[in-house]
Amino acid sequence: MALAFTVRNLGKVYGEGRSAVHALRGVSLDIPAGEIVVMLGASGSGKSTLLNILGGLDRASSGTVHFRDLCLTDLADRALTRYRRDNVGFVFQFYNLMPSLTALENVELITEIADKPMKAEEALAMVGLKERLDHFPSQLSGGEQQRVAIARAIAKQPEVLFCDEPTGALDSTTGRAVLTVLNAVNARFGTTVLMVTHAASIAGMAHRVIRLADGAISEVQVNKTRLAPEDIHW
Amino acid sequence: MSPLDVKLLRDLSRIRGQAIAILLVIAVGVLLQVMMSGLVASLTETRRAYYERNRLADVFAPVARAPDTVLSRLAALPGVARAEGRVVGAALVDIAGEAIPIQARALSLPDFGEAAFSAVYLTAGRMPDRTARDEILLLTAFARARGLAPGEVVRVTMNGARRTLRIAGLAEAPDLLFVGVPGEMMPDAARVAALWMRRSELAAAYDMQGAFNEAMLSLARGAREAQVIDAVDAVLEPWGGTGAYGRSDLVSDRFVSEEIDGLTTMSRAVPPLFLAVAASLLYIVVSRIVQSEREEIGQLKAFGYTDAEVGAHYFKLVLTIAVAGAALGCLLGVLAGRAMIPVYLTFYNFPFLVFRPDPAAFAIGAIASVAAASAGGLFVLRRVFALTPAEAMRPPAPSDFSKTLTLKGRLARLLDQPTRMVLRGIARQPWRTVALSAGVAGGMALASGMTTIYGSFERMMDLSFTVIDRSDATVTFTHPLARKAAYELARVPGVFAVEPVRDVPAVFRNRLNTHRGSVTGLIDPPELARAIGADLAPIPLPEAGIVLSRPLADILEIAPGETLTIEVREGRRPVLEVPVARVATSLIGAPAYMRLDALNRVLAEPGRISGARLRLDGARADAIYRALKDMPTVAGVSVARDARASLQKLMDQGAGSARYIMGAVAFIITFGIVYNAARIAHHERARDLASLRVIGFSRGEAGFVLLGELAVIVLAAIPVGSLAGYGLTFAIAAGFSSELYQIPAAFDPFSHGFAAAFVLGAALVSGWLVKRDMDRADLIAVLKSRD
Ligand SMILES: Nc1ncnc2c1ncn2[C@@H]1O[C@H](COP(=O)(O)OP(=O)(O)O)[C@@H](O)[C@H]1O
Ligand SMILES: [Mg+2]
Repeated sequence: MALAFTVRNLGKVYGEGRSAVHALRGVSLDIPAGEIVVMLGASGSGKSTLLNILGGLDRASSGTVHFRDLCLTDLADRALTRYRRDNVGFVFQFYNLMPSLTALENVELITEIADKPMKAEEALAMVGLKERLDHFPSQLSGGEQQRVAIARAIAKQPEVLFCDEPTGALDSTTGRAVLTVLNAVNARFGTTVLMVTHAASIAGMAHRVIRLADGAISEVQVNKTRLAPEDIHW
Repeated sequence: MSPLDVKLLRDLSRIRGQAIAILLVIAVGVLLQVMMSGLVASLTETRRAYYERNRLADVFAPVARAPDTVLSRLAALPGVARAEGRVVGAALVDIAGEAIPIQARALSLPDFGEAAFSAVYLTAGRMPDRTARDEILLLTAFARARGLAPGEVVRVTMNGARRTLRIAGLAEAPDLLFVGVPGEMMPDAARVAALWMRRSELAAAYDMQGAFNEAMLSLARGAREAQVIDAVDAVLEPWGGTGAYGRSDLVSDRFVSEEIDGLTTMSRAVPPLFLAVAASLLYIVVSRIVQSEREEIGQLKAFGYTDAEVGAHYFKLVLTIAVAGAALGCLLGVLAGRAMIPVYLTFYNFPFLVFRPDPAAFAIGAIASVAAASAGGLFVLRRVFALTPAEAMRPPAPSDFSKTLTLKGRLARLLDQPTRMVLRGIARQPWRTVALSAGVAGGMALASGMTTIYGSFERMMDLSFTVIDRSDATVTFTHPLARKAAYELARVPGVFAVEPVRDVPAVFRNRLNTHRGSVTGLIDPPELARAIGADLAPIPLPEAGIVLSRPLADILEIAPGETLTIEVREGRRPVLEVPVARVATSLIGAPAYMRLDALNRVLAEPGRISGARLRLDGARADAIYRALKDMPTVAGVSVARDARASLQKLMDQGAGSARYIMGAVAFIITFGIVYNAARIAHHERARDLASLRVIGFSRGEAGFVLLGELAVIVLAAIPVGSLAGYGLTFAIAAGFSSELYQIPAAFDPFSHGFAAAFVLGAALVSGWLVKRDMDRADLIAVLKSRD
């Protein structure tokens, strides 16, 4: 199977000198395309840092990351922007919608600059928010806002979807609805999904589970059988 | 519309209070720029066109009496293109019900054909008939001020003879753009006149048949004015020439030039100042907006928006405010400029004057405001762009208060928690506090500077009419008389005191600097008209030597101890070398004082006087003026009260009236700054304040934290702004001062107190507005909002 990401000896250091924090220490990893990959680990273990570097939001201190044949760690800012624009979608823990734009407009913000986007309405329909197009974020619940954020991320039909604790701020019922959407996107478009979470049970829906501890990979596990999101409890 | 543009519009409407405040500040800056530069352009261009169309002469040569044959010799001089002579005389116009006759200039019109120079511009009626002996043209402004129309008659005294003349038409001329009341120089349409008669008629009245007493010449291309003037003087010398002069020494032109120069100076100094204040304000606000949108910017970048696209979004926000402000400013500037035109038509006899905005001013105003505004946004954006999206989206770490203010010990116990929050808030962001404080100080400077100028105008009037010249009226004789003429005046019932004076027309020279003016001889010690020092104490006049007024000393660039050359333009026309003894404070005109006997000694005309200043019984004033009118030696009487009223009118309706617009603008800007400072302080602290409320602090206590910070900002700004305002006063005073009057700059405690009170008031109102919003705010929404 084709690889989406190839990571070699990746290191990330925040700060300098005595106060330096080694967030990643020599991470090597292969991520096949089309999988749902869940990253688990204690708080501060470096999950977000790894995700941000793969997503082109942050820069590595050492090592290399390839997205297919593209060496991300070599890219200049401009090319990195291009990479984010063309290939990846993000979902964050705190939804991060533009408060002054409606649900529809938040999605359009992305479709406007994407190459072959789906219609914004269609993306919102996929997350079950067909009826709430004209609502502002302040008029939506947390779960609904997160679904808008997912619609926004999938609308451009990205090859990779990065989700940093997408259910972290939600109760489990709402969270399950969000996971169902992610699962559906993966099944329907073959989108590679990289998801960070600290709820271990969510790993049940993944093809592959990566455990991080103290900036290094402690275990990679491939699930023989996967659970449907509806069957996950936390 | 793209979602980003939708966001832009919604953001704009969210910050509309601030946006409007900034927009107004920009608008008024551009308003002043457009109005002032437009007035400069209009006045300059209209004057040029008028001079050209009505053929203003290049050189004027007054002479006692020269036969017409001399003209051909003048025309033949190298550098002279054309020469023409005319008859000029002093006349008095009697107005029914007025005790004091109006001083007028009588000018000749050619008997046949067009005048070569200074062609009249007929505003009503027709030219005087060649055959009718008693028809005149009357100066339009005077006729309008006195309600006189063509067809009516006026009683005029010419060369001692009383005549009744019929007004054929009303007219203006390019050499009468500005007409000052003789002896005062004040423009006052009702108190000074000019009339035109056919040449042969006027010559008969003034004994000038076959002769002229003023030659006007135009220069050939490439000719040097100074050389022509010397040659003309040589030709006219035997005929009593009193010295030819160029256009720039023509009184009318000089005053218009003064006006234009003053406007130009101000248009270069004042609008940039206002725009600078607007720019710094916009800088603070825009940088705050960008700062607070740090996470949104990070997101946009995460989604793949390029720096340029994100930058363009914020740039549009800035541009919208700046362009709207500049457009409004241009519009208001044109309206204000149009409104100022009648002012100039009141004091200058322009036959036509249209406000023509200077296109460059639009461009400069728009570019300056947009550039200033974008500078603010770009500076902050650059810092945000330097962050990776991951960093930008991470909420900034809680501000570190550990290193700011450690409040320990006794002092700490005295301070309650809200007070500590105020102090720590300021200490955490000292530069923000300094920037806001500097903005408010700028407003304070504008407000105190402008208010001081209001007072300076009053002070100028008071000093001039109650300290420097304390007389009630000034009498001018037709020619220098023996001193006993003064005693005759003293015999008129109701005259309390008479102080003889001798005014001698002269040209002052010091190296390359020259000035046409007059030397005033005063008795020793003078009681009514005095030379006054900077300390307002009278300056004793020296035995020999001359005391110059400050403006004259400045024009001539001369200091006490140096020697001044004075070319007397009267009588034997001696050239004197006189030491400068002192420099006197003077607020009206540019006088030079000598002792009367010393002046007469150097002129070799002992005991001569040219007029007198009077103090008189106000109740009997009319009878006194009637008595003076009947004295054949009295050329004119000028009444201090009228002169003061003219000056007051000039300053309230003339160029000085710009101070009202500038004052209003200063106060608008000041309020805008203070209001923005309050808004910004509030935004910075909104979350803290909401948290305070949530944990049980009352609205008042939370408000205290906010207003406390504002109070510190404003209180720190007032002394700094006051100092800057003091400096600004000098610049504005210099801009308003002209050769006609000087506006003194000084520290005026009342003005500064007033401005400080205004700033405090603005702070209270702004604080109240902001606190009202704060009280209405939904606590949860504020806490949840991430900015
Ligand atoms: N901007 C930063 N500056 C300094 N240290 C950071 C920064 N971001 C993360 N870290 C540190 O790096 C480590 C890994 O962080 P992170 O990747 O966010 O962990 P996780 O997402 O697994 O909780 C932590 O120790 C964290 O404190
Ligand atoms: Mg994390």
